[in-house]
Amino acid sequence: MIQVIDYKAGNLTSVVKALNYLGAQTHVTQSPDDVRNAEKIVLPGVGHFRATQLLHDLQLTEATREAIARGVPFLGICVRLQWLYEGSTEADATDGLCHYGGRCERFPTTFEDAELKSPHVGWNSLENIRPDSLLLRGVSPGEYVYYTHSWRAPVDADTAATTFYGGGFTAAVERANVMGVQFHPEKSGDTGLKILRNFVEL
Amino acid sequence: MLTKRVIACLDVRGGRVVKGIQFVDIIDAGDPAELAHRHAAAGADEIVLLDITATHEGRGTLIDTVKRTAAQLFIPLTVGGGIRSAEDAAAVFNAGADKVSINSSAITRPELIGEIGQSFGAQAVIVAIDARRDANSSDPGGDAEVYVSGGRKPTGRKVVDWAKEAEQRGAGEILLTSMDADGTRAGFDDELTALVSQAVQIPVIASGGAGNAQHFADVFGRGKADAALAASIFHFGVTDSWSLKRELQLAGVPVRL
Repeated sequence: MIQVIDYKAGNLTSVVKALNYLGAQTHVTQSPDDVRNAEKIVLPGVGHFRATQLLHDLQLTEATREAIARGVPFLGICVRLQWLYEGSTEADATDGLCHYGGRCERFPTTFEDAELKSPHVGWNSLENIRPDSLLLRGVSPGEYVYYTHSWRAPVDADTAATTFYGGGFTAAVERANVMGVQFHPEKSGDTGLKILRNFVEL
Repeated sequence: MLTKRVIACLDVRGGRVVKGIQFVDIIDAGDPAELAHRHAAAGADEIVLLDITATHEGRGTLIDTVKRTAAQLFIPLTVGGGIRSAEDAAAVFNAGADKVSINSSAITRPELIGEIGQSFGAQAVIVAIDARRDANSSDPGGDAEVYVSGGRKPTGRKVVDWAKEAEQRGAGEILLTSMDADGTRAGFDDELTALVSQAVQIPVIASGGAGNAQHFADVFGRGKADAALAASIFHFGVTDSWSLKRELQLAGVPVRL
């Protein structure tokens, strides 16, 4: 059973639909106990980093931290990948989970003397895929995934794949059981389903 | 590399996909859910479902059609038509839409753009603009006017000004439809698309006039569009997205293949 956290910001229908399509059993929850005792956790994301505050208010941050500490596989999607870091310039006053180091920043308005559109919307390719990534097993560099976001996480040793738009950013992050993807696997066709299946089968 | 998007549009009326020419002369093109899946399998990068008569007839969006269409569709789905409030948007998101497109209601009450963005993120709000050139003007593109209610009502607003305001109010993308080009299959309005695309920092989706791969290459090049949308050339089997994108790739346009 995968506990899918509903924090009333954005839409989780698509994520649940994709997980169920892959044969996973899901339970949509706001309960810290469900999260604390979860076998697996997915935290879907769409929306503002500020919505993170609701996770704190519902005591889901602490529950997630406890679950992660005992090795429960966790997948954060889009702004919820960003939540794994220390914070974001989108909402300076709101702390992230601080599982990964660094802060998320907005795309620059120009890059290499050209204007850069933002949000970064559309299908972009995964590159520099870390061979030991469990989440990206079977995914080849150059496969396309769907993005829609204006903020991005920095690249470091925990980055499992990068995507290039105004420079490289973290497309996927993975250290042991804690994973995040900046793109929307539930909206990324066969490649996205492959990645979700990898998580379901962990 | 970020690719240019090819978007298949389903204009829905009474639960059926329909297609008109310059917004009139409407004919039946099939079932929305079935067509959406066919387009996804044929390589479309996104699906847009527009309930074209919702505003006109004062109906809400066809939630059941959205649900059926969204079921097992694993590429982005945008829904527009009859969304007048953040609650209307929430219902559409809950039915499985990833983005909403608002048109008349954003002109009537521009705050709606920010209200939906507040809950669902700016990236989830597309402001759709139906544009008609002013044939009597010395600057027909720059003076192009925004129309609402399915192209029935002129607003007196200039397209470029409204696109800028929509961006400033938090729109995630602009869907620009040229009413002059719509349904003609004679090519997109590259000039107007470029004007809008250069005026805003958010992505612009060009719509209206798609007839062949060259039209797409032109609007991605000259028209500076980030995405381009078409309906009839896909519905009636003139082409499919994979064939179209293979031609675009040969023309040097980055596409997802």
